[in-house]
Amino acid sequence: MKPEKRYSLSGLKKTFAELPQIRRLGIQYLKLERGHCLLQVGYSQEMVGNQDTGLIHGGIITTLLDTAGGSAAFSTVADGSSVATLDLRLDYLTQAKPGAAIMGLAECYHQTRNIVFVRGYAYHHSSKKPIANFVASYMVGSVGFNPDV
Amino acid sequence: MSETTNSLFHQFIALKRAGEFEQISDLIPYAGVVGLQLIVESAGLTTVLRNRPDNIANTVLPAVHGGVVGALLEHAGIMHIIYECDITRFPKIINLSIDYLRPCLGTLDTYARGYTIKQGRRVTNVRIEAWQNDSSRLVAAAHAHFLMD
Repeated sequence: MKPEKRYSLSGLKKTFAELPQIRRLGIQYLKLERGHCLLQVGYSQEMVGNQDTGLIHGGIITTLLDTAGGSAAFSTVADGSSVATLDLRLDYLTQAKPGAAIMGLAECYHQTRNIVFVRGYAYHHSSKKPIANFVASYMVGSVGFNPDV
Repeated sequence: MSETTNSLFHQFIALKRAGEFEQISDLIPYAGVVGLQLIVESAGLTTVLRNRPDNIANTVLPAVHGGVVGALLEHAGIMHIIYECDITRFPKIINLSIDYLRPCLGTLDTYARGYTIKQGRRVTNVRIEAWQNDSSRLVAAAHAHFLMD
């Protein structure tokens, strides 16, 4: 069976890095391989959810990991396919350290024609000491993207 | 201790008692970044995510970044608890599970409301629903656990 052509990794990285919300938060691509994505976001005052503690808002973690998961999913599907988040779950294992950059790691662990299954972590220095655990599934095709559905 | 009485938590509670709950958003830097606001009506509390070009991730539709939709749901869940419950400290999120039901269009405001499913002594389970121009057509729904003590 002839393998399907997939998106170019450099093209995906370039497209994603230019998306408005990804630019707004300053999310950086450290690595994008087939089914694997590592991102980084620096700490800034405007990400803060609690000014007393300096803790970032959980939305930063959600956005970082959904971006990593979506990128990992896009890297595995056929060129021209769309990918849309179907669901995601986050477990907040420990609080992020105020001032420290956060990594977002996602890997596809299973893929069917319709769905890409992804899991990952947010962490500071080591994925063995995660801040948050992440599981998500992404729908392949165009159904999830059709506004008339 | 002046530090305690001026704490962010006490500022929140003071605004709630003064009937100025909506002003809480001004105390949260991240709320300003993505445009999270609060509306108090007789029906209860609604959390709003304003449509902002920077919130977009899918530029074709255009659609709001799934992570920012997640931020709205998490924010609405926490604000629901602070608004509805008698609390002595901020609820701490344990986990969050989001279903993406329809495209969240970047040209529209998005609204979210929390519902307490169970309030226990230590943990509260909240369901959160988000919609755009038609409240009977949800764009996303979530359930989350918060540690209360």
